Amino acid sequence: MARKISLLVVDDEESVRDSLSNWFIEDGYHVECAENAKKALLLIESSQFDIILADIKMPGMDGLEMLRRIKALKQDAIVIVMTAFASVNTAVMALKDGAYDYITKPFDPDDLSHLIRNASKQIALSQENETLKNKVTLLENVEDLIGNSDAMKKVLKQVESVAQSNSSVIITGESGTGKELIARAIHANSSRKYYPLVSVHCGALTESLLESELFGHEKGAFTGAMYNRKGRFEMADSGTIFLDEIATISSKMQIELLRVLETKTFIRVGGNKETSSDFRVICATNRDLKSMVEQGTFREDLFYRLNVVNINVPPLRERVEDIPLLVDYFIKKYCTTMNKPLITIDDAAMQRLGEYPFPGNIRELENMIERAIVIGNGKKITLKDLPFGKEMIDNSIESLDDFEKTFIRQILNKYSWNITRTAKALKVDRVTLYNKIKKYELKPDE
Amino acid sequence: MTQQNITLVSFGYFGKHFLEKIAEAVKREFAYQVIIKESHIDLSEFFDPGRRQYNGNKMLIAVDKISDEGALKTIGLFSVDLFIPILTYIFGQAVLNGNTGIASLYRLSNERYGIEPDDNLLLERFTKEVVHELGHTFGLIHCSSPTCVMRSSTYVEDIDQKNPGLCNSCHAQLEIRQGSQMYT
Repeated sequence: MARKISLLVVDDEESVRDSLSNWFIEDGYHVECAENAKKALLLIESSQFDIILADIKMPGMDGLEMLRRIKALKQDAIVIVMTAFASVNTAVMALKDGAYDYITKPFDPDDLSHLIRNASKQIALSQENETLKNKVTLLENVEDLIGNSDAMKKVLKQVESVAQSNSSVIITGESGTGKELIARAIHANSSRKYYPLVSVHCGALTESLLESELFGHEKGAFTGAMYNRKGRFEMADSGTIFLDEIATISSKMQIELLRVLETKTFIRVGGNKETSSDFRVICATNRDLKSMVEQGTFREDLFYRLNVVNINVPPLRERVEDIPLLVDYFIKKYCTTMNKPLITIDDAAMQRLGEYPFPGNIRELENMIERAIVIGNGKKITLKDLPFGKEMIDNSIESLDDFEKTFIRQILNKYSWNITRTAKALKVDRVTLYNKIKKYELKPDE
Repeated sequence: MTQQNITLVSFGYFGKHFLEKIAEAVKREFAYQVIIKESHIDLSEFFDPGRRQYNGNKMLIAVDKISDEGALKTIGLFSVDLFIPILTYIFGQAVLNGNTGIASLYRLSNERYGIEPDDNLLLERFTKEVVHELGHTFGLIHCSSPTCVMRSSTYVEDIDQKNPGLCNSCHAQLEIRQGSQMYT
């Protein structure tokens, strides 16, 4: 239920205070009154008022002086000034000093109702805005950045210190280490957090598509360009643009990108008007950009423009001590998402996870836990819920033949090289199985 | 002893039938016996020559003074233009959770707005206004339901939008308040 709006009526005339007070109480507001500015200021200091209705002409401190003092105390206070004398000068002065509105006594009941209703709407909007800002902060809190290891602590410290600056950042690290999360964390902790974080996956787009995506296009710029469209740089105005897989962009795009980064201006595809945008750029790559520069496949000037700060996200195998924390986090995350009771993981499964090299890094671990929660017994994650052992695909497997060979050997071993039972399990005839054994040179002693 | 009647005090020239209709509506809504009385007081003492209107605050006090001891609530019915110092006009007013209220039909007639007179509409509007002020005396505040008689009205058209009675929510509140008032 919405909170009751509270009002403070400040007027030296008792009849005015009583009349207004009764009127507002009947309207369901919480009302307090003060007969002079001094008492009003004391009340304002000790209590929270949403709307203050203050008479201008009062003995002692007048309403305008009180308005200035209220604004010094509470910048966002809504103060409506009332006066018996309709003076434009006084109204202008009051509005300049931050009054929300101005009303001349006696009021038309409808004017008063409208004024208070509008002020209440403004309060509701401010409160909604505050709530949304808090929600954004929570959403952008980047909970997935979990880690207690020294390597991760170092990364988080870098994120914290780089967030407040406007410098370009390159985030490097293997696939699945959470580079985009690091970019989100930088954005969320920066002064740009209430503006957009626009992500572009450069590797997923062809050169022409990427150009149109980044710079936007004018209607008719190319076949299918039926409307004017803003580019990602324009969308990221006042915010951050995150260019993922930056190493994949063509040399032509590298030149264009360098120009945009230097001037912060660009021209839409098919357009002729220069557009400017105030954005911060964060890039990510799993490639070694420096060696690409040495090989001549990545422009040196662009590299130095982007590489003001480099954050290297360590692979999971280099921060094994974070695995239990991550496992706990993903269990909570997926049990909540799937509306299942919280489960635990047994020691053997946890130990096996600690030994596994995780070539797919955190993404692989996350998928493993999600899968285990889906297929598990709903009480505890055990080794059999994890894709290790028989089901696990060996990292040395690089072809379908390798896979078939490994798989047939596993089933043969399972049935102690009993050809009939193995063929039945594999749902092939015995001749086919013999042919495969011959083809892959499988032997029982292997 | 518990007070059990609502008194409507007529301070103007209202027809008997007109007052009885209002009394019926009040009885229907609040379930108390309704008594109609006439009073003849000099209204000139409430007249403000500067505004050429009658001071509603002073009239409320005057009605309170003449209310009977046996009356649970007393509503003064007037036909003059009412104001309170801070507002240009009022249709009526009451003491929230108190015993007294006033209502005037001065601004409720069609003629005031250059439209053909309509006695039935005038009765309907005045009845709604009386029920509304009585609602305040029972502690009801303005209701957000667009058709509830306790909805705030600043224009006569607003009154026409409302039903003659309380909405379910206000009725429920009234029952609670009436229950508690019986034991006070």
